[in-house]
Amino acid sequence: MAGVYVAGVGFTKIAEHWDRDLEHLMAEAAIKAVEDAGVSSVNAIYVGCALSEPLQGQMNLGALMAECAGLVGAPALRMEAAEASGAAALYAGFCDVASGRSEAVLVVGGEKLSDGLSEEVSSGMMMSGRSWYEGFMGADFYALNALLYRLYSKRYGEEGIPFFPVISHEHAEGVSHAQYPFKISLDRVLESPFIADPLRMLEVSGIGDGAAAVILVNEDLARRLSSPKARIYISSATDYVNPFDREDPLRLQSVLLAVNKVLEQARASRSEISMIELHDATSILAALCLESGGFSPPGEAGKLAMKGEFSLSGRLPCNTFGGLKARGHPFGATALYQVAEIYLQLAERAGKNQLDNPRVGLTLSLSGVGAAAFASLLKKE
Amino acid sequence: MPFLYRLAGWKCVHCGAFHNYKPVVCKRCRSREFAQIELPASGRLIAYTIVRSPPKEFAQVAPYAIGLIELDDGTRIISQLTDFREDELRDGARVEAVFRRIRVNGDQGIIEYGYKFRPALRRS
Amino acid sequence: MVKLGDVAIHGYGGYIPRYRIKAEEIGRIWGQDKSGFPVAEKTVAGIDEDAATMAVEAARTALRRAGIDPRKIGAIYVGSESKPYAVKPTGTIVAEAIGATPTKLAADLEFACKAGSEAIAIIAGLVRSGQIEYGLAIGADAAQGRPGDALEYTAASGAAAFILGKPDHGAVAEIEAWSGYATDTPDFWRRPSDKYPMHAARFTGEPAYFRHIIGAVKSLLENDGYSLSEIDYLVFHQPNVKFPLAVAKYLKVGQEKVSPGLIANLVGNTYSACSLLGLVNVLDQAQPGQRILLASYGSGAGSDAFVIRVLDGILEKRDLAPRLAELIEDKIYVDYSTYLKLRDEILMR
Repeated sequence: MAGVYVAGVGFTKIAEHWDRDLEHLMAEAAIKAVEDAGVSSVNAIYVGCALSEPLQGQMNLGALMAECAGLVGAPALRMEAAEASGAAALYAGFCDVASGRSEAVLVVGGEKLSDGLSEEVSSGMMMSGRSWYEGFMGADFYALNALLYRLYSKRYGEEGIPFFPVISHEHAEGVSHAQYPFKISLDRVLESPFIADPLRMLEVSGIGDGAAAVILVNEDLARRLSSPKARIYISSATDYVNPFDREDPLRLQSVLLAVNKVLEQARASRSEISMIELHDATSILAALCLESGGFSPPGEAGKLAMKGEFSLSGRLPCNTFGGLKARGHPFGATALYQVAEIYLQLAERAGKNQLDNPRVGLTLSLSGVGAAAFASLLKKE
Repeated sequence: MPFLYRLAGWKCVHCGAFHNYKPVVCKRCRSREFAQIELPASGRLIAYTIVRSPPKEFAQVAPYAIGLIELDDGTRIISQLTDFREDELRDGARVEAVFRRIRVNGDQGIIEYGYKFRPALRRS
Repeated sequence: MVKLGDVAIHGYGGYIPRYRIKAEEIGRIWGQDKSGFPVAEKTVAGIDEDAATMAVEAARTALRRAGIDPRKIGAIYVGSESKPYAVKPTGTIVAEAIGATPTKLAADLEFACKAGSEAIAIIAGLVRSGQIEYGLAIGADAAQGRPGDALEYTAASGAAAFILGKPDHGAVAEIEAWSGYATDTPDFWRRPSDKYPMHAARFTGEPAYFRHIIGAVKSLLENDGYSLSEIDYLVFHQPNVKFPLAVAKYLKVGQEKVSPGLIANLVGNTYSACSLLGLVNVLDQAQPGQRILLASYGSGAGSDAFVIRVLDGILEKRDLAPRLAELIEDKIYVDYSTYLKLRDEILMR
């Protein structure tokens, strides 16, 4: 497969953008990315968005984006994989360039969650499970996470799990595009009310709006552009949608497979990874991602977190701009924020959170509780 | 829906995987032979949570409890829990299936019934 | 009286919700005295229960005892005055829930508190004629009492179900005889737009309840009928504790024959399930060879009376399901505000 490169990124601040609509939020990110890459045009557009139908009553986002970004005429597709919709768009865009069909593509993700009440957003998230089974029963995303949390707790204890949001918030301090750019203490997390026992409110990502975009180019175009480039690889895998149908609900097979495949593609090993953008939609999911992905022994992720392993100064910094919890999680855009942030680190443009000469970064994006996992790996070349 | 009303489903004859819908192929081994079965209506609670910030369809009945139940034949299912006293929501508690209203679509729409689980009457 | 003898009960089951409210708790809110309540406490359906869900529970219990293939049930009649839909039968919901679909007959019945017993009478006819092999008769109600009204103390929730078929060695009891007595007597009624029923207070006593129950019972006792010495248990419709005891007194029958079937004090008036749950309680303890006289009462008004003889089959089948007494003991008390939350169906919309 031919090389694919990230040549530029753009994103908006994550906040409640009461005065903007979805397509223009995405257009803003898209144009920033195009300008950042220095390309004059793109051959195709891939849009990631999860809930535009229920929340905005809008479909056909591909064509809409083409028009808003001034790219009428280009082929444009919208991809959906629940909260990993941005990653799905990235996967499609990657294949387009890797196959040789396109020279440059725009991948843009966006979500306007504030267009719905929080119960409507919850209802939307519940659609990542079977609507007539888990959804019918009212076993929403938080309930499923809570059940996993209980099983985890029974097997390993829950020490350190609530520390993940603390790390994310620590990293988000001072980040201009983050939704919650301030520190929170572990005490504050533990005192926050339950959202679904034992999961607490400050252990889950908030509701916000945002859009992020990346420009993917082929090797040839990459050489001609003056902007920094990072080689990108992406893989994906699925698992049984209902986590309790899986052999071990605490082993996210989709994550393991996606990570293994992307490492194989990139001819890289786990030890080479300098940083991870983790899917910390909930604290327990962050822990399960690390353990299932092979970055922590089972049952140890929380303890390692408490020891500082995943902090900026630690052995494996995670969520260097705040992750889903503190930077924010506008579903369709999230994976693209993750890629953009890794790109910024590799390009030495990460500002106050700049790591020391990072060379390889990994992003992990999940739909639901791991029905699908997308792993992308970016390498400085 | 047979599964939602009576825990009925389709079991793969070759690998034993249980499907709570009528499968085209087995989700595990892709075989096409199934036996129609009804799951046992009792089991034990292996994990539970209380949903306090519900999705809109359940806004009026929150907080409500969701449980992960291991039925007497080993099958695991997810269910709302009902009719319990606080002290009865315990890891390992014996629970049994009951037939209840799950959702009501306003004053004009259909009443959707289905199973829930509650503490077993017969403790033995 | 009509002699039957060729129709039997193969399975029976009762269901009451877990929740209870004490009469004195209701009295506390309405400023009524601690004494003189018509019952001590009544059942309260949970927020996710209704006549259909309770009918299913009772039917499943009956099926556990009967041990028959549910697909052999050709008719399901649910008698209720609180059926969940104005148009859509409860019977088909029950049929699907017990695996009896496609069934043949499944209309709903209304005759106030005697709709369930009338279902038994109709099913008996269908079985005797050979039109169906087995039939399921259910009385189920999630009764609503007008807040502050006398009936609020007793309007309760419950269901009872009976599977009838031809007599054979598996049957638990035989229906030996039946009579009915109905007239146009408006003692208690509800117009469609009203949420709660209206009642005519003292008129519901003598000209209504007593006249019709005694009318139906007399038909079983006179002419070629039974003598009360042949009857071991009498089960009457029990809107409160006093009325059934008054009938017993009038018939000159000892309280000990009526008490086993009198559960109103701890259950309340479960309307269409009312006398039938009393029957369930008796079947849970009666011995083969004993006879039960059941007389229901439905406002508007009428009574069905049956003489039922217990068979050997009951010894094997009784313990295949929990006895009603276990459900009566298994309770969670609620206060008046929780009671309103549970019973105000606005919430489950």
